Amino acid sequence: MSLLAFANQPDTQVCLWTLKHPEPSSLATYTANGGYEALKKILAEKTPAEAIIAEVKTSALRGRGGAGFPTGLKWSFMPRAFPGDKYLICNSDEGEPGTFKDRDILRFNPHQLIEGMIIAGYTLGAAVGYNYIHGEIYEQYQSWERALEEARAAGFLGKNILGSGWDFDLHAHHGYGAYICGEETALLESIEGKKGQPRFKPPFPASYGLYGKPTTINNTETLASIPWIMRHGGQAFLELGKPNNGGSKIFSISGHVNKPGNYEIPLGTPFADLLEMAGGVRTGHTLKAVIPGGSSAPVLPAEVMMACTMDFDSIARAGSMLGSGAVIVMDDSVCMVKALERLSYFYFEESCGQCTPCREGTGWMYRIVHRIEHGQGRPEDLDELLRIGDNIAGRTICALGEAAVGPVASFVKHFRNEFEYHIAHKKCLVGA
Amino acid sequence: MLSAESLAQIDHELTKYPADQKQSAVMSALRIAQVELGWLSRDTIEFVANYLAMPAIAAYEVATFYNMYELAPVGRNKVTLCTNLPCQLQGADKIAEHLQAKLGIGFGETTADGRYTLSVGECMGACGHGPLCLHNNHQMHTHLTPAAVDKLLDEMK
Repeated sequence: MSLLAFANQPDTQVCLWTLKHPEPSSLATYTANGGYEALKKILAEKTPAEAIIAEVKTSALRGRGGAGFPTGLKWSFMPRAFPGDKYLICNSDEGEPGTFKDRDILRFNPHQLIEGMIIAGYTLGAAVGYNYIHGEIYEQYQSWERALEEARAAGFLGKNILGSGWDFDLHAHHGYGAYICGEETALLESIEGKKGQPRFKPPFPASYGLYGKPTTINNTETLASIPWIMRHGGQAFLELGKPNNGGSKIFSISGHVNKPGNYEIPLGTPFADLLEMAGGVRTGHTLKAVIPGGSSAPVLPAEVMMACTMDFDSIARAGSMLGSGAVIVMDDSVCMVKALERLSYFYFEESCGQCTPCREGTGWMYRIVHRIEHGQGRPEDLDELLRIGDNIAGRTICALGEAAVGPVASFVKHFRNEFEYHIAHKKCLVGA
Repeated sequence: MLSAESLAQIDHELTKYPADQKQSAVMSALRIAQVELGWLSRDTIEFVANYLAMPAIAAYEVATFYNMYELAPVGRNKVTLCTNLPCQLQGADKIAEHLQAKLGIGFGETTADGRYTLSVGECMGACGHGPLCLHNNHQMHTHLTPAAVDKLLDEMK
């Protein structure tokens, strides 16, 4: 095989490949390895938007922010011919406990995200795009702004991009501490300079989005995957993963593993392999449970998880969700009551307060789990928790309600004996 | 009320949004004001609102909704520790105890000399590197150990 052929081989790492280079985030590293070539080709050939959307559909790219919605289909909802302003938004408001992949894309491959956003803007007929960056990662907000300046200086952004006659610009918008702004309509409210409280849907953002204009919102990893798909083809991306689950995906592994971190591997990889890559369960302990897709995803016991492959469909069949690919690993030292107490507090703290079932219910659930953890539990508490959950789920404007119920219902379902022991003995089963 | 430098930064933020959507810069403007003044008094919030030609109450709503804005004075160094589940599994509880013992204050409190404020944070989106904290909202310190915390606190003047 010639070197050239090797250089043209699609790499199975879509987003974090720059880490193999000494200066991963630099424009020079990106352009020396095919960066911005897809954009140049599209602008030179005036590729029709329909053709780009068809390629993205072929790739089976599914939203990497948590919902897993097919990206090509979402893009097809955008009324491109609608006269007037239209917007593209990147959702880098990464605050789901366990998730830390978008931060690394911003740190290590900012230009691939920029190129992906420019291609998306071209395809969707937008003239301006915003990247909403999580409040707690100010350093990445600053570094991404510097990357934008580099891209502007190189002629990839601004007026008459690469002599094409097409104008497009990108800006960073900095959040300041609100998990709810990861919800796409809360994010829109936040960019408009308001409290981040979700909007009723419909109307969906594609018809009534930022400033009331047609808007498409995609996750950071989703948009950063676009240049790869356009360079190598949708089919090649699909083949990286498995049917209906195209591509590689970054899995953020935290908790009780020897090497927490981000691992970008093909969708469909067995969980056991991923666990091994992360150095296995903390030395001297055994696997107890895994939250496979961020704190909102139902917890799965070890034996169920070990039988899963890491893709949307396999995890869904096991009763949870792949979500954002945030894998929280818990070993045999974990008290599930204490773990749930902390997660319940998070949703109580982060409920925006707009809908009564969520505002009141999240606090109610937290207080019950808190009292069980602290030896004040009552025999009727577990049924009460599940009843409250039933009265939150499906009765709120956004998905935060369901997200708060997911951990409670699944922890009680799979580890009920630990909760009952806490209530009966006023102490923890783990280590007892 | 704000320095020329802060106002220039706010003006830069305004260039990102349509001319008739100045309110979009309110989050950044409040951040910039807080960096200069340490916290957001009602007067500061009203000043920012006037600067952006928006109702003061709308700016106040923003300042009270997002949890990184300070509505009362804090110490020169605010240390916000993430205690969420992934960080907790990786040892954040021990770091929390160490911080409180070392500084002699609890979370939500400020040392008598005004040097440190301790604060509990929610997920900062860097879980694999926990335990971790933010220094004055903008600088993240990861892989905390008691020894690393001691060094960090010494460096904060």
